[in-house]
Amino acid sequence: MVELAWLIPVLPLAAALFIALFGHRTTGQGDRVGIGAISVAFLLSAGVLFDVMQGGRAARSFTWAIHGGLELNLGYQVDQLTALMLFVVTLVSLMVHIYSVGYMEGDRRYKRYYGVLSLFTFSMLGLVLADNLLFMYVFWELMGLCSYLLIGHYFEERANVHAANKAFLTTRVGDVGMFIGIMLAFAAGGSFRFDELSAAAASGTISMPVLTLIALLIFIGPVGKSAQFPLHVWLPDAMAGPTPASALIHAATMVAAGVYLVARSYGIFAPAAEALQVVAWVGAFTALFAATMALVMEDIKKVLAYSTISQLGFMVAALGVGAYTAAIFHLMTHAFFKALLFLASGSVIHAVHTQNMHEMGGLFRKLPVTGWTWLIGAGALIGIPPLSGFWSKEEILLEASHVNPAVFWMLIAAAALTAFYTTRATYLTFFGEPRNREAYEHAHESGRVMTYPLIILGVLAAVSGFFAGPLAEFIHFGEPHHAEFDVFVFGTATGAWVLGLVFALGIFKYGILSRRKLISALYPIWVLLKRRYYIDDLYQSVFVRGMVGLALLSGWFDRHVIDFVVNAVAWMTRQVSRYVNEFDRGVVDGAVNGIGGAFVAGSRLFRRAQTGLVQSYVLVLFAGLVAGLAILVIGG
Amino acid sequence: MSFPVAYPLILGAILFALGLYGALTQRNAIRILMCVELMLNAVNINLIAFGSTLQAATAGQLFALFVMTVAAAEVALALAIILILARREKHIDIERVNLLRW
Amino acid sequence: MLLTALVFIPLLGAVLLAFFPKERTQEIKVFALIASLIPLALVAVLWGQLDFSQPGMQLITRAEWIPSLGISYHLGVDGISFPLIAVSALILPLAILASFTIKERVKEFFLWMLVLQTGIYGVFTALDYFLFFIFFEVSLVPMYFIIGIWGGPRREYASLKFFIYTLLGSAIMLVGILALYLGSGLEPRTFDVLVLAERANLSPTLQWWIFLAFFAGFAVKVPIFPFHTWLPDAHVEAPTGGSMILAGILLKTGTYGFFRFMLPTFPDAAQAFAPVLAVLAIINIIYGALAAMAQMDLKKLVAYSSISHMGFVILGVAAMTPMALNGAMFVNVSHGIISPLLFFVVASVIYDRTHTRMMDQMSGLFTKIPIAASITAFAAFANLGLPGMSGFPGEFFTFAGSFPVFTTLVVIGALGLVITAGYHLWMMQRVLMGEPRGEAHQDITGRELVVAAPLMVLTVLLGVLPGIALGLFNEPVAALASKLGGM
Repeated sequence: MVELAWLIPVLPLAAALFIALFGHRTTGQGDRVGIGAISVAFLLSAGVLFDVMQGGRAARSFTWAIHGGLELNLGYQVDQLTALMLFVVTLVSLMVHIYSVGYMEGDRRYKRYYGVLSLFTFSMLGLVLADNLLFMYVFWELMGLCSYLLIGHYFEERANVHAANKAFLTTRVGDVGMFIGIMLAFAAGGSFRFDELSAAAASGTISMPVLTLIALLIFIGPVGKSAQFPLHVWLPDAMAGPTPASALIHAATMVAAGVYLVARSYGIFAPAAEALQVVAWVGAFTALFAATMALVMEDIKKVLAYSTISQLGFMVAALGVGAYTAAIFHLMTHAFFKALLFLASGSVIHAVHTQNMHEMGGLFRKLPVTGWTWLIGAGALIGIPPLSGFWSKEEILLEASHVNPAVFWMLIAAAALTAFYTTRATYLTFFGEPRNREAYEHAHESGRVMTYPLIILGVLAAVSGFFAGPLAEFIHFGEPHHAEFDVFVFGTATGAWVLGLVFALGIFKYGILSRRKLISALYPIWVLLKRRYYIDDLYQSVFVRGMVGLALLSGWFDRHVIDFVVNAVAWMTRQVSRYVNEFDRGVVDGAVNGIGGAFVAGSRLFRRAQTGLVQSYVLVLFAGLVAGLAILVIGG
Repeated sequence: MSFPVAYPLILGAILFALGLYGALTQRNAIRILMCVELMLNAVNINLIAFGSTLQAATAGQLFALFVMTVAAAEVALALAIILILARREKHIDIERVNLLRW
Repeated sequence: MLLTALVFIPLLGAVLLAFFPKERTQEIKVFALIASLIPLALVAVLWGQLDFSQPGMQLITRAEWIPSLGISYHLGVDGISFPLIAVSALILPLAILASFTIKERVKEFFLWMLVLQTGIYGVFTALDYFLFFIFFEVSLVPMYFIIGIWGGPRREYASLKFFIYTLLGSAIMLVGILALYLGSGLEPRTFDVLVLAERANLSPTLQWWIFLAFFAGFAVKVPIFPFHTWLPDAHVEAPTGGSMILAGILLKTGTYGFFRFMLPTFPDAAQAFAPVLAVLAIINIIYGALAAMAQMDLKKLVAYSSISHMGFVILGVAAMTPMALNGAMFVNVSHGIISPLLFFVVASVIYDRTHTRMMDQMSGLFTKIPIAASITAFAAFANLGLPGMSGFPGEFFTFAGSFPVFTTLVVIGALGLVITAGYHLWMMQRVLMGEPRGEAHQDITGRELVVAAPLMVLTVLLGVLPGIALGLFNEPVAALASKLGGM
């Protein structure tokens, strides 16, 4: 099975090509092809995972490029991390594929949607399999393309196109940093392959400052893709895409890629302690920072978006403090419960046709399946035991408390805020009185094609936490690391989420604290959060405007300065030629004309002979001939 | 058989003189052309006459053939020019043609 | 023989085309297409005959021409020229096919197109400076007429600007060639490219001056900042077929000059000049991208993006490592495929339907002409260097190969990638997305698809397996790099 791992990304790719070329001729515009391909890929991944657990490994490479005597042998590898990621990605993707049949029904670009979805899955799977930075970068960028296409799915709206551009450009900024990091790694380590780079880092072939620099530069890529501060701005806007696509982007593919990259190149990061410090701080800060913005969002998807950023911060911070296993564990559980939450929110949006939570309320009665599954997802997100999120978050906190107390406390604060905003979103959506009667009356539970994926993901989100033990044996960097239960950490974490939960219920359910009074009391902070700390505005006015301004300047410069010089040279040449002409006529021509004049006068005289009458010429000719002959005869 | 070489030479001289006279005095371009042809044929007669006398075998006849070929080409060209002239100027009087004159 | 046939069959075609009655436009078009497809077949034969594992010249055709001056008819091909010949042989028939919409003076147009081909193949195969210069100029004149007669409203200005720029450049280069001829210290004197590269004994000062003279000629062709302003004008005014050839092939004659003449013949001067060249290259990359962003005219945008991309080639040339030089060659090839595609879709497919090139007058083409718009998006993503398409490996290898030599400059240049992405995205936003406006259009026709499809297939193929192209020129490039003492 493990030898067939290369088929896993190839299947969705083939499906994408098929849909693009023939989708409109098949029934269902190709969605069956996409689902079929991803189903087979999922079964293969399950087989591969099983094989790898039995100790199976695979790696293959080929000469991708050759430069002088240097051959770049690149390819793919299957190890524990890869096998697990393949499994998670194909599983979530399969759920999204099936769910979309219901959600996207009747969409005018249904075919395109499925094609891109398959391509997206292909990119992520390829990225997971890559055994080198170069291939990873390739798929990394392809994923940027797919997210661009999905976010801009409803491109008739200008705002959506804007969001797509923002996503592509912001992540591209991160990619450039990563690109430079890859070049530096290649220059210093002489390879793109993870195993060789790790060996070079471990053996000290790459000096420590350079290694730190490489790690930091490569980390800029994940900062962009995994939406870490300060390149997080694209992700909330990415909600412009169809909801199932958001689920895919936020749970299993795009954003997970950043975390996966750091995990995959951990051989470079691990020895560079200072770089890891930065990673930890960025992650922890992002976790807290994004959670604050999630507090005030009215759009249900935006809440989930900021929650994604925050949870990614948890994973990044985990990697920063050396909790390698915990980060991957959280990546997996988060993939399940966040996909679940997004799909459930999609089901809600499908039912009430709005994303604004203030127009929802009381939907639990109308949407029981969605409601229950959402509750599981929300519980997992908050970290209520024994749901999956609890276990993975606990492990991260545990590790952080040993390594970096400041990071630990920031994460605890973020966990408290997470509990608050999740409870708020849950309550506003599913409980209380319906605030929009009309929408409420029309709401009804989605069809089975949408609810079954919810149920499957719900089960996974509930139970996947129990695999913590086996996972620690299965995936580890260095020695397997078993988390020891710690009462202090458990107590603090529990206290944090209980606090958040109670506060939220107190405000939204029981009205102990008036929401309005709270807002007016904290108005400046509320506005600051609402405006996302003004970071988007800052980027817009500094970087985007700056770039456009520079562009206009360059265009102007080209038209008016360089071309001016060119035209000026031409003009000067013309002027010079005019003077040359004058000189020519006055001086040079004067002399020439003087001589010429004499000839002209003389020629006037002789031209009389030139009658133009051939006969007279011939006569003269003949006369001359006769005269000549006569001289010859007489003289001879 | 011996044939006095003077006879064809005399004929040639007469033809040549006629041709020259015509070419010098006529104003009609076609006539001039015909006269020039006459002169060329006079030369041909001379060539053949000398050729047969001087035992130079084929040289004279060969030259005559050359001249005839060139003459044919010349006539074709000249007639074309005259035709265009006739179309353009509605006459072929060479004394009234001075297109190339200063 | 094969090379002679390659060079002169288009000319023969042009001569035969002259006998066609000019009203029979359909036959003229088909004949011109066939005449330009023969070189493509010859290139396929060439591919089979060449041995790419050795760096030297192959299939050399040589005959004395003017022995007293050391001028000979000398053609040859190696791994550096072959990819460019192959790209030309592909682009030229497609450009002719794309020009089937020409309505005025059809016969003349295709006649010039065929003459142009002889010039192009000649430039890429000539191994004698005298012969090369003749072909270099032969490729210039037909282009002048193609822009000047079948161009847009400002065609006279554009064609004259193009002509004078390039003529001035090549005039200075001619002086350089003569200086090289006279100053090489070889007895007997020769114009032979290979002999001069191998044995010319130039004083450092002379080498400098000749290098600069050559630089003037090729820098205009490439074009390198600040000699580039002819390009946007020429591109905008040129008919589609002309734009395709201009961007896809004629710009490459400039960069080819660096590989074939300047680096091998003046290695010392080239090394001394490299930092300047690298700075100019980065200016090309960033400045071209910024200027592209400022354009509202689609064709101008593509023209400036060409300037930006040629900066990569120059950067690779300046860095002189095997990887950088390979990257530069790769960009040459891939830009030769992508930019004609892009020009074709924006200048022909889109323009023929919307009758405008102004981006603010278009909207929602994705909805109106989905297939054509998808091809445009494909070309735009290829052009911005998306991995998986041929734009990426070239840029990557150029940057990665230049990184150890010009670290700071490469980092600055890498920022250009964001700008490049920016203007392509904005272009797509304005043109392809948004609400559809105006009357409905017919989607892409079969003929247009035939032009676009091979280019798209090649773009993906080279993007996925760059080894195909690298295998062609790796050996000669490695030999060149070792001559230059690169790493």
